[in-house]
Amino acid sequence: MIGTALPPPRTSRGRRLGDHLFASFGALVTLLALAALGALLYDVARDGLGRLSWSFLTSYPSRRAADAGILPALAGSLFVVTLTALIAVPLGVSAAIYLEEYGGRGRLARLIEINIANLAGVPSIIYGLLGLGLFVRLMQMERSVLAGASTLALLALPVIILATREALRAVPPSLREASYALGATKWQTTWHQVLPAALPGIFTGLILALSRTIGETAPLITIGALTYVPFVPTDVWSPFTVLPIQIFNWVSRPQAAFAENAAAGILVLLVVLLAMNACAIVLRDRLQRRV
Amino acid sequence: MHSPTETRGHASLRLLLIVTLSAAAVACGRGNEASGATAPAQVITIDGSSTVFPVIEAVAEEFQREHRGTRVTVGSSGTGGGFQKFCRGETDISNASRPIKATEIEACTKQGIEYVELPIGYDGIAIVVHPSNTWASAMTVADLKKLWEPSAQGRITRWSQIRPDWPDREIHLFGAGVDSGTFEYFTEAIAGKAGQSRGDYTSSEDDNVIVQGVSGGPDALGYFGYAYYEQNRDKLKLVAVDDGDDTNGAGAIRPSPETVANGTYRPLSRPVFVYARVSSMDRPEIRAFLDFLLDRGQPLVREVGYVALTPREQELVRRRYSERKTGSMFAGTDHAPMTLEQRLTR
Amino acid sequence: MRSRRIFEAVIERALFLCAAGSILVTAGIVLVLLWETAAFLGEVPIREFLFGTVWTPLFYDKQFGVLPLVAGTLLASAIAMAVALPAGLLIAIYLSEYAPAPIRRTVRPVLEVLAGVPTVVYGYFALQFVTPLLQQIVPGLAGFNALSPGIVMGIMILPLVSSLSEDAMRSVPTGLREGAYALGATRMQTALRVVVPAAFSGISAATVLAMSRAVGETMIVAIAAGQQPRLTLDPRVPIETMTAYIVQVSLGDTPAGTLEYRTIFAVGMLLFLSTFALNLMSNWLRGRFRQEYA
Repeated sequence: MIGTALPPPRTSRGRRLGDHLFASFGALVTLLALAALGALLYDVARDGLGRLSWSFLTSYPSRRAADAGILPALAGSLFVVTLTALIAVPLGVSAAIYLEEYGGRGRLARLIEINIANLAGVPSIIYGLLGLGLFVRLMQMERSVLAGASTLALLALPVIILATREALRAVPPSLREASYALGATKWQTTWHQVLPAALPGIFTGLILALSRTIGETAPLITIGALTYVPFVPTDVWSPFTVLPIQIFNWVSRPQAAFAENAAAGILVLLVVLLAMNACAIVLRDRLQRRV
Repeated sequence: MHSPTETRGHASLRLLLIVTLSAAAVACGRGNEASGATAPAQVITIDGSSTVFPVIEAVAEEFQREHRGTRVTVGSSGTGGGFQKFCRGETDISNASRPIKATEIEACTKQGIEYVELPIGYDGIAIVVHPSNTWASAMTVADLKKLWEPSAQGRITRWSQIRPDWPDREIHLFGAGVDSGTFEYFTEAIAGKAGQSRGDYTSSEDDNVIVQGVSGGPDALGYFGYAYYEQNRDKLKLVAVDDGDDTNGAGAIRPSPETVANGTYRPLSRPVFVYARVSSMDRPEIRAFLDFLLDRGQPLVREVGYVALTPREQELVRRRYSERKTGSMFAGTDHAPMTLEQRLTR
Repeated sequence: MRSRRIFEAVIERALFLCAAGSILVTAGIVLVLLWETAAFLGEVPIREFLFGTVWTPLFYDKQFGVLPLVAGTLLASAIAMAVALPAGLLIAIYLSEYAPAPIRRTVRPVLEVLAGVPTVVYGYFALQFVTPLLQQIVPGLAGFNALSPGIVMGIMILPLVSSLSEDAMRSVPTGLREGAYALGATRMQTALRVVVPAAFSGISAATVLAMSRAVGETMIVAIAAGQQPRLTLDPRVPIETMTAYIVQVSLGDTPAGTLEYRTIFAVGMLLFLSTFALNLMSNWLRGRFRQEYA
């Protein structure tokens, strides 16, 4: 590897000592960063583990911290993220297919690419403002699941497009060329050959984009998601709340018991995230097995 | 023909498409039942004062325990924010820690929103400091005015500027946001006119933030409804208030359910209200909720830390509701010295 | 055969529309922000907005100087960069120049977990753990302050700096390193005097991107930094950032058409332009880096 292919440089002992110190310092800082992550998880677990229970998962929010539960928030999160996926995935995958398979080097395509790259860097609260102005006010969706999911779909779109493009790019050109050689059209090639081959990568990208979505708080606060919603939303026009907002609500309450609830809520959120990412890995492996 | 890869991928995509379309169909179908923008009919929408929020939250929780099918959402956008929504017809019930204002009455009339004004209890606005604050145990109304009036902005920044014998340390102020009824009431009582306040403090519609702020450091001072002190006694210290008028209690008085009830905690005691939309009362679940609130809400008012109405007042409020008496008792005569009972029987 | 060709053309059109739709999103953002900001600037002169030093748009004495919010954002972001930049760079150097492959392979994904934690969790961490801890060390640290969320933000964006810088450094051709070793330099000297300068554009791109991320961060500061707009450089007192202001107003009521409603869009516009400029700069730097080593 770097530096090990050659004989050790002939330097003075002082400089070698400095070198070792520097290496140790680097290792130390790395460990500190990992320790910070550990401290975070430890702190959350210490405060929240005791509070986690089946009743916590199935109860509704309450003014009494001991009775409060996370059911509406959990259901809301799952509902919203599913709806977000339904909106964002077809749009995003289609856009990526166009850019990768049909796009060409035209100026318009280039503009679209730059545009998507920039959108990926826009702070999530700006998407919330867009959702407020467009979905809540102009299209009159009010504080519904639909408004929330539409806003989050816009947020997830650039990431899905970028991830899908990566997956499509990873498909070897020989696959496409063989298909053309057999007389297939572009769409036939894309639909029957390229997409299926890229599916593992696409799924992985999707689930990663959606796991970011499930942790988003600011855009939903901006469009007006409520903090006290003691019921499970049943349709897209229903008011709703999500896990991060419920956590935010509990964090804002000064009583120590609510801090425990917040920590327990965080653990639930982290478990959901872990499950989604594990899903991504499993799906990718299963779809990859046939290669 | 198709490669095995392709068949597998193909099948997944087909499945995805079917799921997508059917889910969309279901979602849109349900949506069309509810008239587009509004929430489904079985939801009771309540919003408004952060001060009154703990009471309504308690009532909603107990109510939903007995009425499993009904859903109640409670927001806390502040009294002013609540009225804005109420007078646009977006909420069924508005919580308020001050009476409805003339401009709000006008807005409601313009939209054809009729309401019944229902007092549900009394609150004393508590002035609080950090427990380690040893110097500010009592303040006069003049002190508070000096601290909070608009001209104090950028000028009064240290404790010693209020009283020379107090320490020369920075003050960290926390208080209600401008949409808050507590804000309006406090500014009117202290500075003389509603809305007159300095702007350079941490302002929040959420009284929990104020609690966190005051309990966070020794130099902090804040104000909010008494219930928030009651629920956080271990983190806060009350400041007694002297209004300079010995006829209603000599010297500096600390807020408590007793002093608020017997009228000695002045000028920061006030009634708190809910305003219920008359057109919503056609719905059985709204009537059930209001019945619950009026008949069984008083113990919850006490539990949360506010002062309950007297039995006579409760009876008068109940009559006001059953007669659907619309309009505000406070219209035109803001803060004329009348008791609630007097107003209710006017 | 014609029907097949028509079908293909239709499909291509449909896909193109989806791709072009992304332009609609950007247009939407710009339009919404522009529309409300224009209305806002119709009532508030732009000089007052950009250069005024008092921000009390909701109060009796309405003042619309956005500088306190900008100061709050910059203060918190600067603290975050002060944490993330040295630590991230050091970690990147260590992983790229010193660490054996197995360590690098395990450490890097673990560090990226730091970037994946939802920000509301970081906010909780800042308020409940870091602030009380710091209050024992820093005298006069208020419950809400810029220091605690700044440090936590730094931890959050650290993987961004370290991963991108590491990639940049590993792209530097080994020939350069070997030349340095041949001249008798230690690994530290090579890293600091040869590799880092060579990867400078890439590292700057990473830094600017991290800065953009810090500026746009909302929940950590909304929970732990306070809601008091003030023009200060003191990290121990409550402040308010641009993002936290938008959250604060959103938690109240935002009736369309009022001046309060428009302030969140005006502030949002400022935020959008700042992060956009930073992202553009980062892209340009990355382009220059690729030019040097493509």
